[in-house]
Amino acid sequence: MNGLLTAIIATPIVGSLLLFLVPNRDGSKTALIRNMAFFISLLTFFLTMMLWYRFDPSPEAPAFQFVERYEWIPSFGIDYYVGIDGLSLMLLVLTGFLTPIALLSGWHSVEKHVKEFSIFMLLLEAAMLGVFCALDIFLFYIFWDFVLIPMYFLIGIWGYDQRIYAAIKFILYTMAGSVLMLVAIIGVSWLHQSVTGEYTFDLLRLYELSIPETTQYWFFLAFTLAFIIKVPLFPFHTWLPDAHVQAPTPGSVILAGVMLKMGGYGLIRLAFPLFPEAALYFSPLLATLSVIAIIYGALVAMVQPDMKKLVAYSSVSHMGFVILGIAAINVQGVQGASYQMLAHGVSTGALFCIVGMLSDRRHTRLISEFGGLKTVMPRLTAAMLVITLSSVGLPGMNGFIGEFLIMLGAFKWDPRFVVFAALGVILSAVYMLWMFQRVFYGKVTNSHNQGLPDLSFREWAIVGPLAAAAIAMGVVPNVFLKPMEPAVQRIVERVQARQPLQADQAVRPSGYEAINRSVGGAK
Amino acid sequence: MIESISAFFDAAAAAIPLLCVTMAALVVLLAEAFLKKGETMPMAPLGLIGLAGAAMASMLLWGRTPAPESFGVVTADNFAVFVNLVIVAVGVLTIVFSEQTIERDRLPAGEYYAMVLFAIVGMMLMAQATDLLLIFLALETMSIAVYVLTGMRRDQQTSTEAAFKYFLLGAFASSFFLYGIAFLYGVTGTTHIDEMSTRIAAQSMSGNPMILLGIGLLIVGFAFKIAAVPFHMWSPDAYEGAPAVVTGFMSTGVKAAAIAAFVRVFLKGLDPMIADWAPIIWWIAALTMIVGTVVGVAQTSLKRMLAYSSIAHGGYLLAGLVSGNEVGKAAILFYLAAYALTNLGAFGIIALLGSRERANDDLRDYAGLWHTHPALAGLMTFFLLSLGGFPPTAGFIAKWYIFSAAIGSGYYGLAIIGVLSSVVSVFFYLRIVVMMYMTDRDARPVPPPVPRLAMAGLALAMIGVLYLGVLPSRLIELAQQSIGTIF
Repeated sequence: MNGLLTAIIATPIVGSLLLFLVPNRDGSKTALIRNMAFFISLLTFFLTMMLWYRFDPSPEAPAFQFVERYEWIPSFGIDYYVGIDGLSLMLLVLTGFLTPIALLSGWHSVEKHVKEFSIFMLLLEAAMLGVFCALDIFLFYIFWDFVLIPMYFLIGIWGYDQRIYAAIKFILYTMAGSVLMLVAIIGVSWLHQSVTGEYTFDLLRLYELSIPETTQYWFFLAFTLAFIIKVPLFPFHTWLPDAHVQAPTPGSVILAGVMLKMGGYGLIRLAFPLFPEAALYFSPLLATLSVIAIIYGALVAMVQPDMKKLVAYSSVSHMGFVILGIAAINVQGVQGASYQMLAHGVSTGALFCIVGMLSDRRHTRLISEFGGLKTVMPRLTAAMLVITLSSVGLPGMNGFIGEFLIMLGAFKWDPRFVVFAALGVILSAVYMLWMFQRVFYGKVTNSHNQGLPDLSFREWAIVGPLAAAAIAMGVVPNVFLKPMEPAVQRIVERVQARQPLQADQAVRPSGYEAINRSVGGAK
Repeated sequence: MIESISAFFDAAAAAIPLLCVTMAALVVLLAEAFLKKGETMPMAPLGLIGLAGAAMASMLLWGRTPAPESFGVVTADNFAVFVNLVIVAVGVLTIVFSEQTIERDRLPAGEYYAMVLFAIVGMMLMAQATDLLLIFLALETMSIAVYVLTGMRRDQQTSTEAAFKYFLLGAFASSFFLYGIAFLYGVTGTTHIDEMSTRIAAQSMSGNPMILLGIGLLIVGFAFKIAAVPFHMWSPDAYEGAPAVVTGFMSTGVKAAAIAAFVRVFLKGLDPMIADWAPIIWWIAALTMIVGTVVGVAQTSLKRMLAYSSIAHGGYLLAGLVSGNEVGKAAILFYLAAYALTNLGAFGIIALLGSRERANDDLRDYAGLWHTHPALAGLMTFFLLSLGGFPPTAGFIAKWYIFSAAIGSGYYGLAIIGVLSSVVSVFFYLRIVVMMYMTDRDARPVPPPVPRLAMAGLALAMIGVLYLGVLPSRLIELAQQSIGTIF
């Protein structure tokens, strides 16, 4: 069906306009606004599920489906051009899934200016959805850049004490990376113009462009800088802990759950296939940085007294795996990276929700303030246990599949990286389980923690779907891997085709078959 | 009789937009003179009528081939018409925002509007003139009117000081400009831009020291008017001392007119010498972008902050000039339109928030504006995001267009300086947003409410900025047609 993608992007935008029209100076319509925003985000989620249902995952299907294309700035060949492959599809579903949950997680903690808050959340959702569907790199950049504005306000207005500093650091840091990408985007389109005499920002046509090697290096670096700041990869990660810790819970959920994935997606969709030779040249460097990020993030997470900061640094570590998988440039690696992005979205989103619940109750996030919560809140503890295990990468949970595939892919490419990356897996178990132990086990040492209420209905509605998704992704990974398979295959082939042929060009068997063999076949 | 009138109109067709505004200015001036004491008369509508006439005449002159030319020195090619329309928009918004300032500061309404209109005549003439001497005359017409406007609040020391500084330095710059014309005339034997181009091309004068000196002096004159580094020293003081709405007028109208003349002289008359002057302008553009943004970061007065931001925007415009390609020329026109709407909107808000006792233009005055004036805070944020170059605003498309031009000519360095300086500029634009949205109001008095008409003007500017940001292709096409006819 045509128009579905536009409908998906437009629903939150139209919704935010509707919210804008609701007068709420005196605060009497706050409940209405909350419900409206939630309903709109559910509608968007429903539309993304419909997209998944109608999506044709077979390898024979066209590379991009649901394509829509309208002229926008014809004199420069800029179009409103959207379409999705399996990779975009899964990220769209993730965005649609997490936004209502994020709104629920702020149901009580966000009390002031609920109208503006909801508007910014919906605009943010629309921009992120746009990033994942754009096939015109100019359009991509517009969405990419626009994402910053609502997030800036979300952190700056509804955040904690240091919110202004964090908001400004966030926007300047990420913008500094993306403007250089803008220069490279313009450069690529001029290159196309000088070769073919025609301006275009059409990604698929730019794929066909053969770019001189040194030019590729520069453009690749410009694109990659923008993306790895977003991911964020060591040593460009310093904005993330600030932004995460200061952002309100819904902001953190979206930031960790979806926004970081824009970086990984950008690498897979733009940087690597557009500049394959440069990608092959720089991938050892990226892999090295990613291994540093995996270990460094884990070590720093271990010593954090603040739960939110711990989760933030764990994101640095887990997203390092994503980069490692992409840098391997083989089907398992990239597929693992894509899967890891989804898994991390679900489990880290859930972690932030639960940390938010604790901080709603106690107005502190320090690990030392808690202890023995299991006796007080058994249900919340159970939910946290599921999510912790999924984040640690227990087999049968979502985190395992991604990390396993990534290490499989990386091993094929260069086993040395895997030695260090595996260390990160162990460390993640250390810091997550240690936090879990200190917060939930033992005796209640702090009298403030006595009599804290357990999960409310609203909180069940948050952790229930997230835990279910985490388990489902671990038990039936094929459901999620299969749509991405042809997309990943195409991208890897495209990048590898530029590589001087080597002896071990083993890109098959593909990722999900390999994982079936290793976990005993979930199918 | 009728024949001679119609013959006159045929001959003077290109000058009709100028005539409309001049007539309006004269009527305003006369009306003021014949008013009895204590009697008031709405002067603003007279000015708006004149501007509407100019806009209509300009639109009728659009797309004629060959371009109408009057008296051999005034042209109405598409380029001039485009700039005229931008200037008319600047004029309309200025007049709409002025009413409150005039009442509040007890400015003489007749003189004020007459000076605004005369300045607009000068600006339009700068865009339309094809002879260096006429450009000089236009420059002076515009400048003198603006000097007066800057010093309009005679009871205020800052205003007088600003006007005096501006006048003194401006007079120097004008004489540099005139000197440059003299040198160019001495070498080429003409002051007409088209003639000059053909003569320079025919005699291959590249490297001739006299002509280089002439070009250098012209650059000084223009650079002063658009406040390009290192000739920008006057602008923060002048911008701060003038009433905010006049500052908005100066920073958009004067800049648009000066850039239009700059483009015409350098990309038409001196185009054969582009290899000689492009490196100079490259440096000026780079320095202007860097200094404008970096110094802007340190400001606490909103007017001064936006003064430095306008300096930086002049640098982006010069980057379009350096690239010298088709894209660059159209990009300059698009940028002028986008920048005019955005910047006037921002200055309009500053002007509207002032009260009789205090200007309310300190950064702290904007603390918590969101709570007292939600609509104004929203509009201000929107304009600031456009100045910072965020999508989906006109500012983003304009910057993309300019950098596209620079990259198309291979000036990657300039484009990188440009984008990075725009990141720095976002820092200080966001300081204002932080004040408005994320800081609580202290004990300062709440700024006055805003009149309806001015609010409509702001809304109009916002719609324009949004329209150009979301659907820019129409204006891009018009800009491309504008440059197609003359260069």
